[in-house]
Amino acid sequence: MSDAAIHDEHHDHHPYGGMTRWLTTTNHKDIGTMYLVFALIMFFIGGAMAMVIRLELFQPGLQFVDPVFFNSMTTMHALVMIFGAVMPAWTGFANWLIPMMIGAPDMALPRLNNWSFWILPFAFTLLLSTLFMPGGGPAGGWTMYPPLVLQTGAAFPFLIFSIHFMGASSIAGAINIIATVFNLRAPGMTLMKLPLFVWTWIITAFLLIASMPVLAGAVTMLLTDKFFGTAFFSAAGGGDPVMFQHIFWFFGHPEVYILILPAFGIASAIIPTFARKPLFGYASMVYAAASIAFLSFIVWAHHMFTVGMPLAGELFFMYATVLIAVPTGVKVFNWVATMWQSSMTFETPMLFAIAFVVLFTIGGFSGLMLGVTPIDFQYQDTYFVVAHFHYVLVTGAIFSIMAGTYFWLPKWTGHMYDEGLGKLHFWLSTISVNVLFFPQHFLGLAGMPRRIPDYAVQFADWNMVSSIGGFVFGGSQILFLVVIVKCVRGGQKATDRVWEGAHGLEWTLPSPPPYHSFSTPPAPATIEGGMR
Amino acid sequence: MTISRSRPRLRTTLAAVLSMPSMAALADWSKLNLPFGVTPYSHTIYHLHNIIMWICVAIGVIVFGAIFYSIFKFRKSQGAVAAQWHESTLVEILWTIVPLLILIAMSVPATKALIMMEDVSKSDLTIKVTGYQWKWRYDYVNDGVGFFSTLGQSSNVARQLKSGIDPHSVDNYLLEVDHELVVPINKKIRFLTTASDVIHSWWVPDLGWKRDAIPGYINESWALIEKEGTYRGQCAELCGKDHGFMPIVVRAVSEADYKAWLEKMKAEQAPAPHASNELSNNTLLAQRR
Amino acid sequence: MTNAHAHHHYYVPDPSRWPITATIAIFTMFVGGALTLDEQTYGPKILLGGFVLFVYMLFGWFGDVIRESEKGTYGHWEDTSFRMGMMWFIFSEVMFFAAFFGALFYARVLSVPWLAGAGAKAATHQFLWPSFITDWPLLQVPNNYGFKEAKDVIGAWGVPALNTAILLTSGGTVTWAHWALKKNNRGQLILGLALTVALGALFVGLQAKEYGHAYHELGLTLNAGIYGATFFMLTGFHGFHVTMGTIMLATILARSIRGHFKPDHHFAFEAVAWYWHFVDVVWIGLFIFVYWL
Ligand code: HEA
Ligand code: HEA
Ligand code: CUA
Ligand SMILES: [Cu+2]
Repeated sequence: MSDAAIHDEHHDHHPYGGMTRWLTTTNHKDIGTMYLVFALIMFFIGGAMAMVIRLELFQPGLQFVDPVFFNSMTTMHALVMIFGAVMPAWTGFANWLIPMMIGAPDMALPRLNNWSFWILPFAFTLLLSTLFMPGGGPAGGWTMYPPLVLQTGAAFPFLIFSIHFMGASSIAGAINIIATVFNLRAPGMTLMKLPLFVWTWIITAFLLIASMPVLAGAVTMLLTDKFFGTAFFSAAGGGDPVMFQHIFWFFGHPEVYILILPAFGIASAIIPTFARKPLFGYASMVYAAASIAFLSFIVWAHHMFTVGMPLAGELFFMYATVLIAVPTGVKVFNWVATMWQSSMTFETPMLFAIAFVVLFTIGGFSGLMLGVTPIDFQYQDTYFVVAHFHYVLVTGAIFSIMAGTYFWLPKWTGHMYDEGLGKLHFWLSTISVNVLFFPQHFLGLAGMPRRIPDYAVQFADWNMVSSIGGFVFGGSQILFLVVIVKCVRGGQKATDRVWEGAHGLEWTLPSPPPYHSFSTPPAPATIEGGMR
Repeated sequence: MTISRSRPRLRTTLAAVLSMPSMAALADWSKLNLPFGVTPYSHTIYHLHNIIMWICVAIGVIVFGAIFYSIFKFRKSQGAVAAQWHESTLVEILWTIVPLLILIAMSVPATKALIMMEDVSKSDLTIKVTGYQWKWRYDYVNDGVGFFSTLGQSSNVARQLKSGIDPHSVDNYLLEVDHELVVPINKKIRFLTTASDVIHSWWVPDLGWKRDAIPGYINESWALIEKEGTYRGQCAELCGKDHGFMPIVVRAVSEADYKAWLEKMKAEQAPAPHASNELSNNTLLAQRR
Repeated sequence: MTNAHAHHHYYVPDPSRWPITATIAIFTMFVGGALTLDEQTYGPKILLGGFVLFVYMLFGWFGDVIRESEKGTYGHWEDTSFRMGMMWFIFSEVMFFAAFFGALFYARVLSVPWLAGAGAKAATHQFLWPSFITDWPLLQVPNNYGFKEAKDVIGAWGVPALNTAILLTSGGTVTWAHWALKKNNRGQLILGLALTVALGALFVGLQAKEYGHAYHELGLTLNAGIYGATFFMLTGFHGFHVTMGTIMLATILARSIRGHFKPDHHFAFEAVAWYWHFVDVVWIGLFIFVYWL
């Protein structure tokens, strides 16, 4: 049957038509597209929930929703954004790009790939359906701390099983990526020639395989505590509610780097392209990413400084946490050095990439402050934390997803996107996102706790500012959708290389690329020529 | 007072000098920043916070400065030609070591502050704080006095969904309780935090810390309040429906006033010893289906 | 068609309906399971329906793979992908168990002693659990409201030790079968596998009997406090994995009987053997930390 693959490169023949094609496809580009579309839909759903949050917080007093619904919006917003938007977007990028970047015909395990994707819509059906159940959706925060989460109503087992399901999808996806990179690289594509996006994804995949099963274990214990009378998180039986937090964050902290490492890879692809200068410090970029991944496993309890850990624990986790600033700093400095003495142009992907570097760094700084245990006693569970993680997640992960989308959209669709609209989207987003999240630092420092539907009046002004920023930012994302739809439907024909300074194997293929990327591996010379 | 007071003073003065520019720069800074607070610990971390924040700002100025300089200087439209260098071991080592040194420098005062915070010994009185859905209970362990503290009535009416009452018209909206926690100033108070149902977190920003209230476990922390006054805070761990509505109000009074208050309370209550413990354990157990 | 150079075209399978079938099957099981836990009467039926579909899917998906394999579709290159896939899958399983081992160590080293006043938690003991005494295995929980305390626990040197021997032996027999396969000694291959399956089944049987003993005579249940919880969670998931492993072994035994596998090409065999060794190693961990120490 290997002959089928040969034929495919000549004409895009699909054995099934219509919906069945998408349900049964084993093609990495089809699957990549589905992942990306799914992620975009989830971004809008999660964003709509954020709009409910910002609407209720627009002014003090309860105007629109009751506290339980508010809490379930917060909880679902986070779960949808993290597991539904950002992670699938990364896997979508990986599916589309990794085979093209390493000179492979497809992903290593195509049927598994299809399975990894199709789990997601079903998993989110499980999760989102809980909003319509008696007692409403889960409302204990995305961190699902017991005993509170055990008070969830009918939604509870659906929450747990949807997490199991998402975990299976991520693990399967990660395994596939590792097998693809290590087994399907074209001859001559040595490890230290891999594009950084591929590198950061391999490291992400290791993080996924090591951390998602731990989350599965944690939520399984929640399930048995609720339904089978186990005592894991109950002091009366010898357990400890805080134990859940340890296990959860053993997953949770690596998880945040899962969300950001591919973003580092994307920035490392875009900045050299538009700077027309090779990436500074390729090797140190790889080592830095690996160090971040390693450290991410020994810092988890910085989310739990206020639970009353022994002093030694508090100190250890503080030191380990702040240490992450070093490899992350190396990355930031390398990007800056890449721009130094370069020859830059500022197309939309570059704009987003630069904004990513600046705004992510701001989020990193607040992270560093949070990492200092004695002060975190003040910051913990306030809007200062909310500001921190939206800087790293929205202007970090989401901005780089947008940068990457603009960057590769011409390659994927064969058309140029509307540069004017793209730039408008960028400026609106960048200004409004800061109006949205910067004031939350002030709110947190002034004492506003997170996860509250209503607040004391001294927080009113900044909340209103933040909400206005939020509405503008949300509205601006409609532009993003418009740009994408326009680009898919037509537009100026894209060249193979698309960007003057673009390097890498994916740019040697036509735009859009053939159905199977490299049925025959590219010549070593092509690989050399593609490297920067 | 206890020795733990004089030593941090030295450190805090030093820190205050370092963080001077922060206070001069913005007139209304206090509204945007951490409160300076009323305990030695809160002052220590206030300064630590400022120092670290300004270090970050300084690094930010350098890094972002370099980015914006590049954006204006090295643009193609200005005829910039890209150099092709892409490595320099020396620079790379340098920008690994320098941040590392900065971090080590930061960790020293942070470690000291933490050690100070965790030293609960030699306290003058002990107060047990128990979180409930959605109220607090305070027990003066040595004096057998205890009571619940819930959201003030006017706030409670105003905060109902579509109540139509303007929160601005309510005094201390959401930060008012029926029974305040009354404590003496200049005494080292040991707080024992726990909870009866789910996790809560006891937080008064002016004291400089928060501590989770975990059902079945007790956490210890301390505060020494230097100034008379009323200090307000809130539950800081999501605890369900009314998490946003279980405020904390601490009234710090002179020792004489405190004694008088305590006597009054003792007269009002004839408390059964350990009543609160039994209560807390049983509610805790009732939570298990 | 056996190495990357002679075999330039990596095998990319045609579209397949099995993955989506698998998803729907698992989704149905989850819905059914969740409804069952929510005490809806139709829950179990949905669960069962999903399970049936799942089994059907297994036959379909693996059937395809086996057919392709026997046709010689997979060369060395594809084989490597499968190997990597299996390796990292097993690693993810290791991490799944790590969560429960983590819970076990946390309870033994931290939470139980804390409740009895160790470390910085003197006040916890003094105010909340004044009569609680630390102990492991923990029979008397801090407060038995809502828990059924166990009379005793299962000692290491009875059935568990026997089970250790059984699993270790089965690790040997499967390796013996592997040698046979490599030498193309079909008889020994089949015998080795059959022995392994038998030992696996024996293990599961003995374990089931122990569970019965624990539940009925010792009162050691999931509900017996943290010891029972960690005990059954760890041994239970392990037992489940042994069961899966035994089914997998039985499958490759059936395939061996049909003449599948070649001395130099038998990924499925190796995958199952790795899995079996993994299950074995987890058991050693369990024997030491759950039963023995
Ligand atoms: C993409 C996601 C992401 C990323 C990358 C990070 C990055 C970091 N995070 Fe963040 N974090 C989250 C997502 C993320 N975080 C989320 C979601 C939460 C909340 C979860 C919840 O409770 O719901 C959280 C919460 C959180 C907490 C807990 C706060 C609390 O609840 O009290 C802490 C505490 O230490 C922390 C620390 C850090 C640190 C030190 C980094 C570091 O990696 C940052 C390193 C980067 C820099 C420092 C900037 C660049 C460096 C230089 C320019 C070099 C020179 C700098 C110096 C020497 C200062 N984070
Ligand atoms: C990747 C993750 C991610 C992303 C992208 C976002 C994006 C956003 N988040 Fe949040 N958020 C989290 C992860 C994320 N978040 C997490 C982990 C938490 C913690 C949860 C917890 O405490 O348990 C949290 C919590 C959280 C809170 C605190 C809630 C609380 O404590 O109660 C708030 C409040 O402002 C908020 C706001 C927003 C906003 C306004 C956006 C915006 O960026 C969203 C913008 C997008 C859109 C708006 C969608 C697109 C547009 C439309 C749908 C068109 C319609 C538009 C209009 C009507 C204007 N998020
Ligand atoms: Cu109590 Cu939040
Ligand atoms: Cu973290």
